[in-house]
Parts: sequence; structure tokens; C-alpha cells
Amino acid sequence: MTTVPHLVPGVRPEPVEPEERRVTATVSSADVTIALGALIAGISATALIYYWLAPFSGALGFVVVSFFMFLAFYASLVWLDGDGPAVRDRLVGAIVHGLAALLLLALFCVVGFTLAKGYKALVHWNFFTQDLQLAGPLQPLTVGGALHAVVGTLEQIGLALIITVPLGLLCALFLSELRGGFTRFVRTVVEAMTALPSIVAGLFIYATVLLILGFDKSGFAASLAISVMMLPIMIRAADVVLRLVPGNLKEASLALGASRWKTVRTVVLPTARPGLATAIILATARGVGETSPVLLTAGYSAALNTDPFHGPQVSLPLATFTLIKSPQPNVVARGFGTAALLLGLVLILFIIARVAGGRGPQDLSPRQQRARARQSARDVSRFARHHPAPAPQPVLPGIELYPARLPAAVVVTSTTSVGTSTTRDEEQ
Amino acid sequence: MTSAPLEQRRRLRPSGGQDQVFRVVLRCAGAAVLVLMVMVGAFLFSKAIGALRIAGWSFLTTEEWEPDSHHFGIAAVLTGTILIAGVAISIAVPLATGMALYVSEYVPARLRRLLINMIDLMAAVPSVVYGLWGFAFLQGNVIGLARWLSTYFAWFPLFKVTGADPRDPLATETVYTSSTFIAGIVVALMVTPVICSIMREAFSQAPIGEREGAYALGATRWGMIRSVVIPFGKGGMIGGTMLGLGRALGETIAVYLIISPVFVIQPHVLQNGANSVSALIALRYGESGPVALSSLMAAGVSLFVLTLVVNFAAGSIVARSRSGAESEG
Repeated sequence: MTTVPHLVPGVRPEPVEPEERRVTATVSSADVTIALGALIAGISATALIYYWLAPFSGALGFVVVSFFMFLAFYASLVWLDGDGPAVRDRLVGAIVHGLAALLLLALFCVVGFTLAKGYKALVHWNFFTQDLQLAGPLQPLTVGGALHAVVGTLEQIGLALIITVPLGLLCALFLSELRGGFTRFVRTVVEAMTALPSIVAGLFIYATVLLILGFDKSGFAASLAISVMMLPIMIRAADVVLRLVPGNLKEASLALGASRWKTVRTVVLPTARPGLATAIILATARGVGETSPVLLTAGYSAALNTDPFHGPQVSLPLATFTLIKSPQPNVVARGFGTAALLLGLVLILFIIARVAGGRGPQDLSPRQQRARARQSARDVSRFARHHPAPAPQPVLPGIELYPARLPAAVVVTSTTSVGTSTTRDEEQ
Repeated sequence: MTSAPLEQRRRLRPSGGQDQVFRVVLRCAGAAVLVLMVMVGAFLFSKAIGALRIAGWSFLTTEEWEPDSHHFGIAAVLTGTILIAGVAISIAVPLATGMALYVSEYVPARLRRLLINMIDLMAAVPSVVYGLWGFAFLQGNVIGLARWLSTYFAWFPLFKVTGADPRDPLATETVYTSSTFIAGIVVALMVTPVICSIMREAFSQAPIGEREGAYALGATRWGMIRSVVIPFGKGGMIGGTMLGLGRALGETIAVYLIISPVFVIQPHVLQNGANSVSALIALRYGESGPVALSSLMAAGVSLFVLTLVVNFAAGSIVARSRSGAESEG
């Protein structure tokens, strides 16, 4: 007979020691100590080599040598109480952390350098309210500004958006909604055109609009060049977003009897809205910052020109590009100022894109949730009005099949379940 | 008791007028984009043919660029473009791989979103800002590295610098400025986020079951990465690298700001003097004369064809590495 623990009433089983809770953290205090020790040892050894043993110099070299020294010390410390795989694991971890830090450092360096250098021009209020018409190369920074470039940038990108957003979104819808050989062909051509170097887009507009059609260099020509460059980028990004809309949502809508257009308007576009906003804004950021198409088509002027169709109109990247090539320090400072403005503009666009795209379609704000609840309640009353609940008619005497208000309840749950199913699909 | 009337058979035709209009509008938009894109391509090719007919096969082998005397070719500029892109890719790929691994495997979950945003922001920084940074900041600070490389690695043909004597403390440093190397570093920073985001996406798609299986068999984190994450993400790594290469080949303004153009094949990446197709176009587009413009078109078309081939190869590799399963809801 197998031993079965006695569960005699009145006799308690022996108290079992409570199992000690295991530590599941992946980093132990010993790891931290080893890493810190290796870091200090690495820096000290490098300092020893640099200042006592060898005639080296330079901050960059110091950092690089320190890092390699750190790796060596770290590996040998881990080797003391680990085996080969552990050493390799820690080494790769340290290298990956180092590479990531290097990349972030480079990003901060680029952004910080531009902002720090541009600060000198940006602190003068006139930088935002004047153009460069009256500011000669030797004038101090208290005269002249970048208003003309800001206006030019906004008008050019605005015109480009008027062209690209409707065309781009419709074409992306075309690519994702319709099937067939023609669609495949258009998709291939659009993908090919994303490879078009931006300078070649500028060259195309320069050769056609300016040389063959005989228009002057103007803001409109620049916005055409930006459009040619932006359109494939936007179509491709929007197409990717639209294709992520779960097929079962679309099929559910079609199965309920909605037309294709209605499905697109009420299911596809709302679901893809944050992604589409992100696609448009990131393409805009790309278009705002691109210099090479503008260089060939916009022309340079130091004066404010609010008419994009006539006369040269400068934009922020082009002004930056032109100003920093000057030998005069004040002009160079203005160039850095325009670069910082451009960077700020891109940063604002980027933050808007993240705010717009950060919320998924199912992730509603409290206000949107209340609106959704009101809509749902309206639907319930509408359905109740159109299909007044029939008096329960017993199919068999004495058996009631379902409560009379069931249809309304079904409507409510189905509206909410669309949202939840989207959540699940987005997370996958 | 009367039987209920039989339900009529429904017609499975797409619904009426509204949908017809919708389809027509979509098709029109698709056709408009197609016409526009084909027009750009066809126009460039038709213009380029004039110059190609003048230059003939020597277009590929001539180094000089003198279209007015009908003596021009892309041997120097195309080599320069490829060298700059090569330097950029060899710097960008380790950086991007490290960052992608860090974001997908190492970083704590609450910092991940922030880091992804920062990489995307890095991709959105305008090229003229990168060029400005390279021109005004990096150029002065990287000379030491360039001199060190040329002093100790001159046996490697690309790192040789003619006209520099490392033993002469008073030697001028201008021989190390405006080089392919510096332009390559700047372009590397521009393409790293592009490569990184594709790699990250590929790495994060490594299935959780295999990951946990590797851990359960006693793998370290690196062991798991090596045996699960990298094999699953290999297609994304190659494809992302090639997409970055396509971007690097077409970059104009940053390169134009940094290099001092030369029209000879300059294989010494650390030495002053470099060139690229896009910088050539930006430099020379104002020249009058139909041959000059047509020759620039030919250069632009050759660059376009190069990036096209690279991009399509990249696209097919990335597409093949993805399984179609995750797109269905």
C-alpha cells in the first residue's frame, strides 16, 4: 500500500518550513560591483598609460582606450568565478551597452551642438521678426533675422502637403483596398521611386518647370520638387499602416452589409488614423529638412517674399546651407540660428506625430470614452425605435425563448467588442 | 398555418453606385501617381540618352567632368559615392546592430519606448543639420583619429595618405580634412537610425517560445541571442543594411558641405578630396548648355539605377524574412 499522508482529524501535519523566496532579478549586487570595479580599474590604468608611460594625447583616444581596458578587466573579473560562456555573455553585454551609449552620445552631440551654436542668434528677438534684407555681413546680430526663411518653409511645405496628402492617401488606399495586376504594377513603381535621390527630384523639376516651361525660381517650384520627393515616401508609409488594419475587422463590416466605401470610412480609416497621422507628419519632417531639391528650384533671396508663385523664396534649410558657407562670423551665427530653428520645427512635428500616433484607436481618453458611451446609447434607442421589441410569443406553450430586449443588448456588446478586438490585434 | 415566405437569394455583387464611384476615384488616384512617377523616370532617361550618346562607353571610364568639351564620365564620382557609402555602412552597421540588440534585448521595458522614439527622432533630424555638425564640429575633432589610422594602418591601401609625414610635428593637418572618411562618418549617423529600426523590428519578432526554450536549456543571454534572435533576424539585418546603403548613396547636402570635390579616382579615404554623384549635381546644375544638363541627368540616372537595384534587393530580402502570419488579425 502506498503511503498516504494521514489526515486524521485532530492531528495537524508537521509545520513545513516556508520556502525562501528566490531572487529572480537578473542583476545581482556582485555584478554591479564587478562592473564598477572594472570601470575604475580601466580608467586608472588608462590614466597611468597616458600620463606616465606613453606619449599619448587626446580625449577621444582616452575614452576609447579606457573602454578597451574596462573590457579586459571586466572579462578577467568575470573569469574568476564564471566559465567561458559567462565571460562571453558579459563581454557582449558590455559592448552592446557601449555601442548604444555611443549612438545616443552622437545624437546628443549633433542636437546639442546645433542648439548651442544657434543660441547666439536666437536670443535676439529680431531674429524672429525681421528678414535679412537690411542686414549686411558685418552687421551685428541685433539686426536682421530669419522671418523670410520661416515663412518660405511654411508656405512651401504647406503647398507640398496640399498636393501630396490627398494624392498620397488616396493612392495608399488604392494599393491596400483594390487587388489586381494594375495595383501590383503601381506598387512596384512607387517602391522604385522611393529610391529616387532627392537631388534628382530637384533636377527633374529644374529641367521641366524652370527650363522647359520657363517659370522663374520660386517657392512653388520648390514645393513641387519636395512633393515629387515626398509622395512615394508617404504612399509607402501609409500603405504599410493601412495593411496593418486587421482583416477580420474589415470582413466583419462587409458581412454586416456595409459597402466598401462605408467600410473604409468607418472601419479602416479610424483604425489606421494614428498610424496615418504619424506617416504624414514624419514625411513632412523629411520634406521640411530636405535641402537638395530646394537648392535647385527655390532661388535665394534675403528679403521676405510671401508670394510663393513669383520670385525666389528661401527656406530654412536653404538659408542654413547658404549662410554657413560665409566667412563672416555673424553670418555663420545666423546660419546656426536657422539650423536651430529648423531643428526645433522638426522636433515639434515629431512630438505632434508621437502624440497623434501614440494612442491606439482603442486607447481612448476619458472624453472619447464618454462620447463612445453616448453614441452607444443612441444606437440602442435607434435600434429600439426601428425594431420595436415584439411581444414575447411563446413558441411552445410555457417556454419563453429569450428576453425581449436581447437585440439591443447584442448591439451594445458588439460595439464595445470591436474596440477590444482591435486592442488584441494591435498588440500582436 | 401559413409557411413563411422563402427568403430571396441575395446577389453577391458589390453594392451600387457609391462603391463604383469609390473605386473609380481610387483608380484615378493610383493612375495619377503612376503617370507622375513614370513621367519623372521617363523624362530623366530620355534626357540622359543625349549625353550617353555623346560620351558612349567612355561615360563609365572617364574621370573628368568637362561636358562642354564633350569629355565627361562618372568613373570618379561614382567611385567616390560608393566609397563614402562604404565607409558609412561599415560604421553604421555595428552601431545599428548594437543599438537594435540593446533596445530589443537589454533595455528595461519602461525605457524602451523612449529609446525607440529617440532613434526615430535621429532619423528625422534634417540632413543639413548633420552636414553642419560634420563641417563645423567633427572635422576639427576627428583629425587625430585620421592621423592615427594613416600612421599605423598605412599598409592597408585605403588608409594610405600621400603627402603626409607622421614624424613631422609641424606638418599641416589640412591633408586630413574634407575627406571621404569624414563625409562617411556623417552619412553613417544619418543612416544608422534607418538600419537600426529595421533590425530592431526583425529582432523583436523572434518567437518567445524559442527564446524561452534557449533559456530553459541553460543558455546565457548572449547564447540565446546568438542561437535564436540573430538567426531569426538575419534577413532583417541584411535588408536593413541594404536600405541604409541606398540612403547613403543618395545623400547630397551633408556630403556637399564636407568634401572638397576632386575629379580623379581617390581611393585614399583619409585624404583630402572626395566626390559623389549627388554633390556633383548640386555643384554643377547651374551650368548653361544642353549637354551640361543632359550629362548631369545621365549621372543622376546612373545613381538612381544603383539605388534602385540596392533598394529592390533590400526589399525582397526583408519581405522574404517576414512571415505573413502576423498581418492577419
